[in-house]
Amino acid sequence: MSGTLLKIERLTKRFGGVVALNQVSFEVSVGQIASLIGPNGAGKTTLFNCVSGVLRPEEGRMQLLGTRCLDLGGLASHEVACVGIARTFQNIRLFGQMTVLENVLVGTHVRTHAGILEAIWPWERRTHQEDRWALDRAMRLLERLALGGVAGRPAQALSYGQQRRVELARALASDPELLLLDEPAAGLAFHERQELMDFLRELKQEGLTILLIEHDMKVVMPVSDWVVVLDYGAKIAEGTPKEIQEDAKVIEAYLGAKTNGV
Amino acid sequence: MTPGELFLQQILNGLTIGAVYALIALGYTMVYGIIQLINFAHGEVFMLGSYMGLTVFLLAGTIGSGGVGWLLLALCTATVGCSLLGLAVERVAYRPLRQAPKLSVLITAIGVSFFLQNAVMLGYGAQDRYVPALLPAVRWGGGAVTVTPMQGVIFGVSLLLMVGLQGIVYGTRLGRNMRATAQDPLAARLMGISVDQVIAGTFAIGSALAGVGGLLFGVYYSTINFHDGYLVGLKAFTAAVMGGIGNLPGAMLGGLLLGLLEGLGAGYISSQWKNVIAFVVLILVLLLRPHGLLGERLSERA
Amino acid sequence: MIPGRLLRFLAIAAALILLPIIDGNPYHIDILATAALYALLALGLNIIVGFAGLLHLGYAALFAIGAYTYALLNLRMGCSFWLALPISGGMAGVAGVLLGLPAIRVRGDYLAIVTLGFGEIVRIVFTNLEEWTGGPNGLMGIAHPVFGSFNFGVNSTPYYGLLVVLVAATAWACAKLRGSRMGLAWRAVKEDELAAGCLGIDASRMKLLALGLGGWIAGLAGCVFAAKQGTITPDSFDFILSVMILAMVILGGIGSVTGVIVGAVVLSAAPELLREFSAYRMLLFGLLMIVLMRVRPQGLFGTSVSPPAR
Repeated sequence: MSGTLLKIERLTKRFGGVVALNQVSFEVSVGQIASLIGPNGAGKTTLFNCVSGVLRPEEGRMQLLGTRCLDLGGLASHEVACVGIARTFQNIRLFGQMTVLENVLVGTHVRTHAGILEAIWPWERRTHQEDRWALDRAMRLLERLALGGVAGRPAQALSYGQQRRVELARALASDPELLLLDEPAAGLAFHERQELMDFLRELKQEGLTILLIEHDMKVVMPVSDWVVVLDYGAKIAEGTPKEIQEDAKVIEAYLGAKTNGV
Repeated sequence: MTPGELFLQQILNGLTIGAVYALIALGYTMVYGIIQLINFAHGEVFMLGSYMGLTVFLLAGTIGSGGVGWLLLALCTATVGCSLLGLAVERVAYRPLRQAPKLSVLITAIGVSFFLQNAVMLGYGAQDRYVPALLPAVRWGGGAVTVTPMQGVIFGVSLLLMVGLQGIVYGTRLGRNMRATAQDPLAARLMGISVDQVIAGTFAIGSALAGVGGLLFGVYYSTINFHDGYLVGLKAFTAAVMGGIGNLPGAMLGGLLLGLLEGLGAGYISSQWKNVIAFVVLILVLLLRPHGLLGERLSERA
Repeated sequence: MIPGRLLRFLAIAAALILLPIIDGNPYHIDILATAALYALLALGLNIIVGFAGLLHLGYAALFAIGAYTYALLNLRMGCSFWLALPISGGMAGVAGVLLGLPAIRVRGDYLAIVTLGFGEIVRIVFTNLEEWTGGPNGLMGIAHPVFGSFNFGVNSTPYYGLLVVLVAATAWACAKLRGSRMGLAWRAVKEDELAAGCLGIDASRMKLLALGLGGWIAGLAGCVFAAKQGTITPDSFDFILSVMILAMVILGGIGSVTGVIVGAVVLSAAPELLREFSAYRMLLFGLLMIVLMRVRPQGLFGTSVSPPAR
């Protein structure tokens, strides 16, 4: 299985005078887990924001080469979600006042269609079927992530680790082709990290392509098929985890900052 | 009157009322800057300022004297009275709701506004009240373009207060605490700043400014009504938004600009449409510069 | 097949319609009709404020557009009430959306002031376009609705019945909407627009939908109001009215359909109950708002949720 799913070419994003991303190019292959690593402020989250349509890059191309060939540049964030890219956030952004189940149901929004009239009309069978389908999907995801018991609780009442999992479930509910995970292991306990890694491998088995931002090399190296290293907004290396671990430039970028596992 | 003279006169008239808008706008912008509340009752504080002035003048009338001394006394009364009123409103209505949803506080503000309006109506009657002219009704200036002494007083007092406010905000401990709280209430609290005190101080200062504005407004137009607070307050808020809410120089600029536009609109288009001008301009400003003329752009980041 | 909930709901609505048979006091029925009109308006505003989280302070303007649409259609073209009803709703709905186009791009509080300005502009335009709107004196002689051979006339009872039907239909639709996919999308946008966008929700579209729907309902209410009064003046649609409707929504409990109706009934009846205090009633009304918000900030029927920990 090969072929490229996400193709980033010469992506550049500036904030005023600061160049957050400088001519970054890389590709993510279908069915792989790719990781984006780099010191704090390297531009990883900015890249996610560009891909997901939250920010507009100044230069470069982003293409999704899935079932259809799509240029992501110029798409608004909701349009990006519709073409099959889901994401999570570094600083969890759940709908805190809504229940866990409702959060995940919002995730099914792009896969359902009922509008105002369908919602109001009491005899609409298709809407009933669609609602049941969405509920079913949401509950299955919650069960799978061991959240079935808290489905009815407000999201903000959950523990940090649970909230991370709800965010994951919400993103998966949209049945994406590409999943962008922004530091999914941050703040998780050791056993939660292990579970997360197992889960990511499971998702890969099912054919999902994942682009991961992660600081913890103990998570990145075992699960990744491909690693891209950013530093000061520029790509300084990419390769298999093994190649990256031996790359002189990467070691230099991390020296003094963070050396665990590298 | 030549077209040039008309233009100049309208500018002068516009700037006069603009100075009053600016005084009120400062209160809106300060309170908003610190607790993100549209203080709907602020317009009523302004209105009460004019009625406090009226009370002093009525007293002057019974004693049978007039003049500049009474104007000064009225200014002091409005300043002190309105800052106390502002403190009371904050303490009674807003402080208990510090943790409540934003909209509840807004409704409370509207409740306070209704309450104050109707209290004044009950006390002073629903009809327009006449405010005696304290300054000689001369007109300074050559030809057709004239300035009244009252206009001079309005400019002078407003300028003084605005400079004074800058002094407070940038030169005193309270001002520093205010700026710190506006930026980050939590951090300010952690640094040992009493946020409650800062908020109270903000209300006191903002209300005093509105009170003075109310007094000047009353004397300038010579009639006041318990309904005045609503429209003038609305326009002052518009001015604050125009300048960039939370921004003090912005509020002053917004006030003057709004007054100017109204003055010119009244002179060249029609005074009937004067009140529309303010809002049309506001909407245009928000479209072209959504954060106001001097407001900083706050971009939301993921 | 009629769902059980719908059946129970219809029963309540029918009972309310038949109320005038038990209590035929015209004064009471008039109060009830006013309360029902407010309930309709509050339900409409609730879609904007409660569902979509847009603080709208010019709702009375949309109501006015509905009223003037019927008045002009009727006086100029002899258009019947029943034909004008959807047109009024449509006009106000379109106006709501048009206002929204520039307004939704700005932050929440700015939206409040833009809508407030819009409300003022509409009122002043109606006051000054004398040739069309009769200026400050308004429009007179607007025809009462005719149903078959029955003329609604000046008596409040038939209007009350019509309004209960409209309120019931709207309440039903709102309750369904709230739990639907669209309702969830609105709540998501309200809580976190950015996250909602990344989940495929077009926030601008959701906001415009809410403004359009809310406008539609205000337009229907305006049409009925004009038909009932027979006379409309721009003063009937001032800022205080916008505020009153907003207060009903918030006092009742934002987002809750039952709460909003109760809020509307309580607040429209309160001034009547306070009538004995005549001069003091608006004063007491203000006080009531302050006290209620202090005791129950989430509204009478709102669920108590702690503020988000952010």
